[in-house]
Amino acid sequence: MEVFLSSAIQFGAIFLFGCVGEILTEKSGHLNLGIPGIMCMGAAGGCFGVKLVAMGESPNGVLVLLMGILFAMLFAGALGAVYAFLTVSLRSNQNVTGLACTIFGAGFTSFFLNDVVDIADVTVAGRLSFASLNFFNAHIPGVEALGWFGNIFLGHGVLIYLAIVIAIVVAIVLKRTKAGLNLRAVGENPATADAVGINVTGYKYTATIIGAAIAGIGGLCYSLCYTSGNDSTVEVTIQIIGWLSIALVIFTMWRPAVAIGGSFVFGALYILFSYISVAPAFKPLLRLIPFVVTILVLIVTSIIGHRETQPPASLGLSYFREDR
Amino acid sequence: MDENVTLELKHISKYFGSVAANRDISLALYKGEILALLGENGSGKTTLMNMISGIYYPDEGQIFVNGKEAVIASPQDAFRYRIGMVHQHFKLVDVFTAAQNVVLGPGKKGYGVKRINSEVRAIAEKYGFELDPKKKIYDMSVSEKQTVEIVKVLYRGADILILDEPTAVLTPQETEKLFSVMRAMKADGKSIIIITHKLHEVMAISDRVAVLRKGEYIGCVETAKIGEQALTEMMVGQKVELAIERPAVKSDRPLLEIRDLCVRSDEGSRAIEDLSFFIRGGEILGVAGIAGCGQRELCEAIAGLRKAEKGGIYHEGESIMGLSPKEVAARGIAMSFIPEDRLGMGLAPSMSITDNMMLKNYQDTRFGIRPIPDREGENAFVRCAKHALNRAGAFLDRHDPFVDRKKARAEAARVIEELDVITPSTETPVRRLSGGNVQKVLLGREMLTEPNVLITAYPVRGLDINSSYLIYDILNRQKQAGTGVLFIGEDLDVMLALCDKIMVLCHGRMMGVVHADKTTKEQLGLMMAGALDLAEEKGKPMGVAKDSRIGEDETWNA
Repeated sequence: MEVFLSSAIQFGAIFLFGCVGEILTEKSGHLNLGIPGIMCMGAAGGCFGVKLVAMGESPNGVLVLLMGILFAMLFAGALGAVYAFLTVSLRSNQNVTGLACTIFGAGFTSFFLNDVVDIADVTVAGRLSFASLNFFNAHIPGVEALGWFGNIFLGHGVLIYLAIVIAIVVAIVLKRTKAGLNLRAVGENPATADAVGINVTGYKYTATIIGAAIAGIGGLCYSLCYTSGNDSTVEVTIQIIGWLSIALVIFTMWRPAVAIGGSFVFGALYILFSYISVAPAFKPLLRLIPFVVTILVLIVTSIIGHRETQPPASLGLSYFREDR
Repeated sequence: MDENVTLELKHISKYFGSVAANRDISLALYKGEILALLGENGSGKTTLMNMISGIYYPDEGQIFVNGKEAVIASPQDAFRYRIGMVHQHFKLVDVFTAAQNVVLGPGKKGYGVKRINSEVRAIAEKYGFELDPKKKIYDMSVSEKQTVEIVKVLYRGADILILDEPTAVLTPQETEKLFSVMRAMKADGKSIIIITHKLHEVMAISDRVAVLRKGEYIGCVETAKIGEQALTEMMVGQKVELAIERPAVKSDRPLLEIRDLCVRSDEGSRAIEDLSFFIRGGEILGVAGIAGCGQRELCEAIAGLRKAEKGGIYHEGESIMGLSPKEVAARGIAMSFIPEDRLGMGLAPSMSITDNMMLKNYQDTRFGIRPIPDREGENAFVRCAKHALNRAGAFLDRHDPFVDRKKARAEAARVIEELDVITPSTETPVRRLSGGNVQKVLLGREMLTEPNVLITAYPVRGLDINSSYLIYDILNRQKQAGTGVLFIGEDLDVMLALCDKIMVLCHGRMMGVVHADKTTKEQLGLMMAGALDLAEEKGKPMGVAKDSRIGEDETWNA
């Protein structure tokens, strides 16, 4: 049970990165279906960044972590910027562009990790020392002494707590700051925002790129933290995680604070199949649960129809000032 | 220059393509006054105000604010000159509170919920608004939303306020409240320009009135020194004789009868109130009114596109209330509606003329399966099997999945031929045609269904003179064929020449039905502005036909 809950929290953190990134993007009125690909890019960038500094016997742990996070954000942010340029400036269809980004991101990651960074070499031949990967899972010393509480809540690497901190920060920015108010106005009614002098294009770009960068850390978190670099086809699993993160946005009704709890629920549901004993034929069915739950939430919120639980009003629509 | 002039326009012109929306307009606004801007539809009032508030940029002329030349290229520039405009369509974020909407935008001040609430409350109290800063916009009535818009403009420090038809969406009580707020703002030294069509409101609130007609400045007078009659004359001008035919047709019994119809607008306000009228076969009934006084809602209600709140719609004495658009169309009611844009409802711009023909009658195709005839001397079993086969055949026949492209192409060719549509071929996408030709295709397709009631709204909007005359000709041909035509129009001169009778709407209420050859432009103008109500004067219910067909088949309950 302790292992299950601990893993659920670890897995949930990956969802949380993707979900919070997508919430930020959607609040600007852009439905970024490129999140799965963008998270893959985060994995590619993260491995690349780590490899740059993790050679040798005793790499600097803080540097390894920072380089991993930095390059994950750079790679993911770059694809996010491409998406933003296409959908904001060129006003291309958001769904089509997003799907294209997903396909590109997954393909690029597969190529990049196997042929350029050579991740298999990283793990098997040990050129990337296990010591450096351990930095991702290093936790506060002595938490084992606290029993189950320590194991479940304190025994994680720094990325898991980073996810929660980012979620809280985004929640505060959206709810309590002028910038958050303006961003929400852009996503709800860009014409209104434009009329009062808000830089609509600027907000859309900023939210999309930062959102993508946050989601990218999720990819890094999966490839180097959760699997410790042992998954040589990360893009397959990360794509599934990406789609679930988008579902999680709906599940949490566009609230980053709710997403913290929601992502752990999703994390638990996602890994449930390997912790309970059912016939192997039913295991794929168990993995469907997060999707089924999302559909249920959509049905319930649609029936209630309360304005606060609805997506941003202009989500998915391009804004063009001269359209009147 | 006069010290008291806060805003001055000098020789302002604005062109859209070759059309002059404003031509050489010079106008002055004094400190602490309320100036009413009066004019018919399309007289350029809103365009002029949009140039002051930075939405459009004038092609010619200058704007002076407090004696200095001002360059107003965006709404932000306008705010820099302390000019704020409240548009007809509110620009508010629905899920935000009133206060959040007011403070929205870049500004140095921080964001604290308590502080912004108290700031907004302070402004509201100063001028006597009733406003709860914490209320969400989606919970608000139209008048509350308008209050938020005005407070927003005041919060941003406007000294010159422009209100674009603020009373159009308000009840009389709310209007009175708005006026008292306006007086409070005037006492505070603010200058206000109010666009309105209602003469009695002009008389009640304004200090001076400026009149525009067809983009030109007619004059500016002190309200106290002029009467409603004289203002109407300034507004509508002299009657222009047009060479539009009005063939005399012996009109038939009522085809379409509307009784006590109430329809709500998208915003939830009453767009049509207790409207009763009828159209006979072989007549053109014009509907005159200021833009947005319920024409759109009326058309949509008749065509089955919008749910009527109460009342009755009868076609040849039979109720068609609540029927789907398809069922309504099946009874011979056709609609050609050009709401905002030229392509309007009913044509798919990127599809060819042929495809657009099929949009309407794609369901008419039949396989041509004929039932197997009975023969004598058959046994019961064979007859039973034949019967079942025939039933299945008839079903298949009704549900032919294929479209009849040949027939549609022939129809397209017929429309092109008969109505002189200028197009390279029947396969040309509709969006590549000019406005007049698009309208001809739309009308032509509706004609093909041989309707007996034709509803047409603004059919000549955006068309040149020649195309317009062709459209009038088409309508007259329909009328001669015994069709009842409901013509929602804009230009009074055209309506006076083309229509047999004209019904005047003023904010969803009928002001009366007059014979086009017995009325004057001034009379129509007064009715449109709500200053003359013929519906009440006659003392009997207007709009109910003496030879009504309602009740022939069913009893009509009031």
